[in-house]
Amino acid sequence: MNLLLATLLLPLIGFFVLLLTPRDSKAPFGVALLTTLVTFIASLGLIAPAAENGAQFRSAYDALWVDAPGLQIHFHVGVDGLSLWLVLLTTLLLPIAVWVSQTMITERHKSFYAFLLLFEFGIIGVFTALDLFVFYVFWEVALVPMYLMVGGWGGRRSGPAAVKFFVYTFLGSAFMLSAILYLRSQAGTFDYLEIMSRLNAGQFVLSPTQQLWIFLGFFAAFAVKVPIFPFHTWLPNAYTEAATPATFVLAAAMSKMGTYGLIRYCLTLTSAGAHRCASWVVVLAIIGIIYGALIALIQPNIKRLIAYSSVSHLGFVVLGIFSFSHQGADGAVYQMIAHGLSTGALFLLVGYLEQRRGSLEIGDFGGVATPAPGLATAFMIALLAAIGLPLLCNFIGEFLVLQGAALTRFSWAAWAAVGVILSAAYMFWMYQRTFLGKTNERTASFVDLSTRDWVPLLPLIVLMVWLGVYTQSFMPPITSATSHILDQTNMNNQYQVKLVLPAAGKLTELAHAH
Amino acid sequence: MNLWLIPFFPLIGFFLNGLLGRRLSKPLVNLIAVGSVAASFVCVLVVLSKLWPIDNTYTEHYFTWIQSGFLQIGFDQMLDRLTAVMLLIVTGVGLIIHIYSIGYMAHEGGYYRFFSYLNLFMFFMLLLVLAANLLVVFVGWEGVGLCSYLLVGFYFREDWATNAGNKAFIVNRVGDFGFSLGIFLAVATFHTLDFGKMAAALQGMPAEVGFGALTLIALLLFVGATGKSAQIPLYVWLPDAMAGPTPVSALIHAATMVTAGVYMIARMSFLYNHAPAASEVVAVIGVATAVFAATIGLTQNDIKKVYAYSTISQLGYMFLGVGVGAYSTGIFHLMTHAFFKALLFLGAGSVIHGLGGEQDLRHMGGLRKAMPITFVTLLCGSLSISGFPGFAGFFSKDSILLAAYGHAPWMFWVGAITAGMTAFYVFRAFFLAFFGTYRGHHHPHESPAVMTLPLVVLALLATFGGFINIPEFLSRSYPLGYQENVGRMAISAGFGILGILLAYVMYVAKPALADTVKNAFGAVYTLIFNKYYIDEIYQAAIVKPLEGISRFVLWHGVDEGVIDFGMVNGMAHLVRGWGSLFRRMQSGSIRNYATWVLAGSLLVIFVLGLVGGGR
Repeated sequence: MNLLLATLLLPLIGFFVLLLTPRDSKAPFGVALLTTLVTFIASLGLIAPAAENGAQFRSAYDALWVDAPGLQIHFHVGVDGLSLWLVLLTTLLLPIAVWVSQTMITERHKSFYAFLLLFEFGIIGVFTALDLFVFYVFWEVALVPMYLMVGGWGGRRSGPAAVKFFVYTFLGSAFMLSAILYLRSQAGTFDYLEIMSRLNAGQFVLSPTQQLWIFLGFFAAFAVKVPIFPFHTWLPNAYTEAATPATFVLAAAMSKMGTYGLIRYCLTLTSAGAHRCASWVVVLAIIGIIYGALIALIQPNIKRLIAYSSVSHLGFVVLGIFSFSHQGADGAVYQMIAHGLSTGALFLLVGYLEQRRGSLEIGDFGGVATPAPGLATAFMIALLAAIGLPLLCNFIGEFLVLQGAALTRFSWAAWAAVGVILSAAYMFWMYQRTFLGKTNERTASFVDLSTRDWVPLLPLIVLMVWLGVYTQSFMPPITSATSHILDQTNMNNQYQVKLVLPAAGKLTELAHAH
Repeated sequence: MNLWLIPFFPLIGFFLNGLLGRRLSKPLVNLIAVGSVAASFVCVLVVLSKLWPIDNTYTEHYFTWIQSGFLQIGFDQMLDRLTAVMLLIVTGVGLIIHIYSIGYMAHEGGYYRFFSYLNLFMFFMLLLVLAANLLVVFVGWEGVGLCSYLLVGFYFREDWATNAGNKAFIVNRVGDFGFSLGIFLAVATFHTLDFGKMAAALQGMPAEVGFGALTLIALLLFVGATGKSAQIPLYVWLPDAMAGPTPVSALIHAATMVTAGVYMIARMSFLYNHAPAASEVVAVIGVATAVFAATIGLTQNDIKKVYAYSTISQLGYMFLGVGVGAYSTGIFHLMTHAFFKALLFLGAGSVIHGLGGEQDLRHMGGLRKAMPITFVTLLCGSLSISGFPGFAGFFSKDSILLAAYGHAPWMFWVGAITAGMTAFYVFRAFFLAFFGTYRGHHHPHESPAVMTLPLVVLALLATFGGFINIPEFLSRSYPLGYQENVGRMAISAGFGILGILLAYVMYVAKPALADTVKNAFGAVYTLIFNKYYIDEIYQAAIVKPLEGISRFVLWHGVDEGVIDFGMVNGMAHLVRGWGSLFRRMQSGSIRNYATWVLAGSLLVIFVLGLVGGGR
C-alpha cells in the first residue's frame, strides 16, 4: 500500500465511518481521534523517502482516473521536500483539533468531527496533488467543510463571517480554475510534472503575456487564501467569529494552502509572470507585514489581535517567496511550518482563555498569571516563538526570509524588519494587560491548565524549540526542493526570453498522440 | 575541552528551578541556582588553565544551525583572551551576585522564579560571550533581553514594573532592528558571519574612505549597541529598568548585559578599524552620552536612579574608548565598572533592604553607624567610580581619557569634566545616605553576612582591580592605543577629587547650600530633574501618533472603511445587482450552496474514480 495514498484516504474513510456512528455518544470523538492519529502515524512514513532527495516527488501514486476521448486526468499525487512538512504539520494539527473540540465545541460534535476529517482529506490532497485538476478539486473540497465549520459553530456573527470567507475564496478560485483550463488548452495536459517537462524541453512555450495572465489567475486564488493585503478583510472576521478549533485549523493549516500554491505553481509554471509581478507583490507583502502589525497594536480583542498578527506573519512568507533567493524561499517554507506551530498554539491558548472567561476582550482580563501560572507560561512561550525569539521556530523563518530579501534588495529587508519591532510591541502589550497586573473579581478564580489541556500543547512547544534549535532535522529536504524550484524558475524565465512561440505543430502532434 | 559546559550548567539550573522549583525547599533552590553558576565559574577556570596562555583563538564546532544556499551558520563557540576576560567577569561577578540574592530575596514571593530567570540570563550571557559568529551572538543578545524583560517585570502585579519591562524589551527591539540589518548586510558583504572568516576577508584591505558597506554595517550594529548598552538615543529604558529587584540591576543592568554592546564592538574591531567614520560616530555618541547622563544623575533622588544614570554615563566612557580605537581600554573599564557598579548597586540594595524598601535619598541619612560594612564598602565603590587615584576606576577611566586625548583633545576635556560630575553625584548620594541625621521612619539595620560578604569581595575588587592590567593582557589583539601622561592623569583625577569635595561641602559641611544652588539654577534644574523630558517627547512624537494612526486611519479608516466596506462589500453589492446567483448567496442559503459544491465535488471524484477503475 502506498503510504501517501493511505495518508490521503484514511481521513476520508474515517469520515464515512464516522457518519455511521450514533450522534449522541463518545463514538464520533473516538473515530475522529483514532483516524487522525493513525493518519499522523502513516504520514511519518513519508519522511524517510522525501528526505532522501527533497527535489523529487516520492511516495508518488499515479493512476489514470478519467479516460475520455480528448480528456485524460491522472490522479497523481506525490511528496517532495516542499510538501513533506506541510503534510506532516496538517496531520499533526488535526488530532489536536479533534482533541480540543471535545471541550471547546459545545454542540453537534459529530458534524464538526466529520467536517474536520473531510477538511483533512482536502488539505492533504492540496499539498500533494501533482495534477492541476486534482489540485483544484481538493482545493474546493478543503474549502467547503471549512466554511461549514466557521459558519456552523462560533460567535453570533459567525454566519456572515463565513459567507464572506466563502464567497471571497470561491471567487478567487474561480479565477484559478480559468487559469488551469487555459493552461491545459496550451499544454495539452493537467499533469503538473508533464507540463513542467514539456516546458523544460521547449515542447511548448508560454509567451510572457500568457504567463502573466495565468499567473494572475492563480495569484487571485492564492492571494485571497493567504491572505495578502488588501485581500485580507475576510480574515479578521472569520478568525474571530469561528469556534476556536476551527480558527486553529484555519490559521495553522489552511493559510498555508495559498503560500504553498505560490511557490509550487506561480514560481514554476509562470516564472516570467512571477518575475514581472514580483516588485508589486513584494510591496503588498511588506505593506501587509507593517499594516497587520500596526492594526494588531490597537486591537481590543485577543483573537482579533492574533488574527491581524497572522496577516503580518504571512507577509513574511510571501516576501520570502518573491525575493527569488534561496534563503528567502527556504525561510518562507520554514516560516509556514513555524507559523502553523506558534499561531496554532496561540489560538489553542486563546480557546482556553475563552473557556475560562467567556470573553476575549482584553479589558475583561488582567492578572491571569497569578491564578494560572501554567497558562501564562505556555502563552509566553508561544508568544516568544511568534515574535521571532532566537532558538524558537519563527526566528529561523524570519531570519532567512529577511536575509533573502536583503540579498535581493536591501530596502525590502529594512522595511519588513519594522514588523519585527512592532510584533514585540503588540504582543507584549496584550500580554501585560491580559496576564500581568492585579487580578479582577472574574480572573481571580481562574483555573490553571489541566493535564488534558496540556496534552495538545506539549507537542507544539517541543516542536517550536526543536525547529528553532536543530534545523538540520527539517531543512535539508526543504532546501533541495526550493533550489530545484528556483532552478526551474530561472531556467523557464530565460527560456521565455530566448524562444518565441514555436512548437505549435508539436502541440497538435501531442494531442493526436493521445 | 568542552566549552559548551560553561553555559550548560546555568541552563540546567534554569530548567530544574523553573519546572520543579515550586515544590523544592528554599535551600535546594539556592543550591541549584548558585551551584550551577559556581560550576560554570569553576569550568571557566579549568578551561582557562588548560588553554593558558591563550595565544591563539580556540574554536569548537557543535552542529550546523542554519544551512541555506551559500549561507552556513554553525553553532560554534570560541575562546580568546577577550572571551577569557568576559567569562571571568560574567561568571565571577555573576556568582557573587547570586550568593547575595539569597539574602536579598529571602522574603520575596516567587523565589524559585527569580532564580530560574537569573540562571537563564547567565546561560544567554555566556552564549553571547562565547559565540564564534555574529548570529549566535544575536541569540545571546536577544536572550539576555528576554531575561531582562522577565526580571525587570518581576513584580508583575505592579504596573510600574510591567511597564518598565515592556519598555526595556521594545526599545531594545528598535536597536535590534539595526543589529539584524547589520547582520543581513554583513552576510551580503562577507558571505559568512564567522568572526575569523570576516576578519580574514578584511585583512590587508585599506580602511574604507567615506561611507560604504563596511561603515553601514558598523553603524547598523552600533544601533543595536545603543539599545542594549543604553546610549543616546535609546538609553531611555535603563532608568526604568530599575523596577527590577536590586540584584538584577547589579548583574544585568550594570555589570554584564548592558556592556554587551561594548563587547560586540571590541569583538568586531576588525570591522570598526576599517570603518573610521563609524568609529567616530561611536566615540561621539559615547562621550555625548557620558556627559548627558551625568547631568541627569546630578539631580535624582532615588538612589538606584542615580546609579542607573551613572551606568549610562560610564557605558558612554567605554564607547568612547572603543570608538577611538583603544578597544582594550573599553574592556578594561568594562571590567572595573563591573566591580564597582555591581558593588554600588548591591550596597544600595543593602541600604534598601535595611530600610524596608526605602529608595529615596531624602529619607535616608546617618546610616554609617547602623550599617558599617555597607558604609565602608560603598565608600570603596564610590571612590573607585570617582577615579580616586589608586582605585580601580582611576586606571581604567584614565586609560580611556588618555586614548581620547590622542584622538581628539576635546573628547578628553569633556570626559574629564564628566568625571568631576560623576564624583559629585556619586558622593552626593553617598553623603545623603550615610552622613547627617536619619530622616526616615524605619529602624536601619545591617544586612546579613550572605549579603555583606559579597560586598566585601566586590569592594576588594573595586579597590585593587585596577592592577589587573587588561590593556597589557589584550595587547596582542588590541594595540595599546594610549600613552601614559602624568599631567593629564592628574587633571582628570583632580576633577574627581574636586567633585568629591564639592559634594562634601554641599551635603555635609553646609547642607543649606544645596537648596540655594538648586534655586539659583531654577528652570535649568527643572529641565534636568525631569530628564530633559525625553520620555515625554518620545511618547508624544512616536507612541501616541502611531497608536492614533493605527486606530483611526488604518483600522477604522482603511481596513474597515475603504477596503472592507468600500471595496469588498461594494463589489458584493454591485454583483448582487447583477445576478440572482449571488443574491441567493447573500441571502443566507449559501450553506445549501456549499453543500451542493461539496456533494458535487465528491460525486465527481467517485464517478471519475469508477470510470477510471472501470478501464
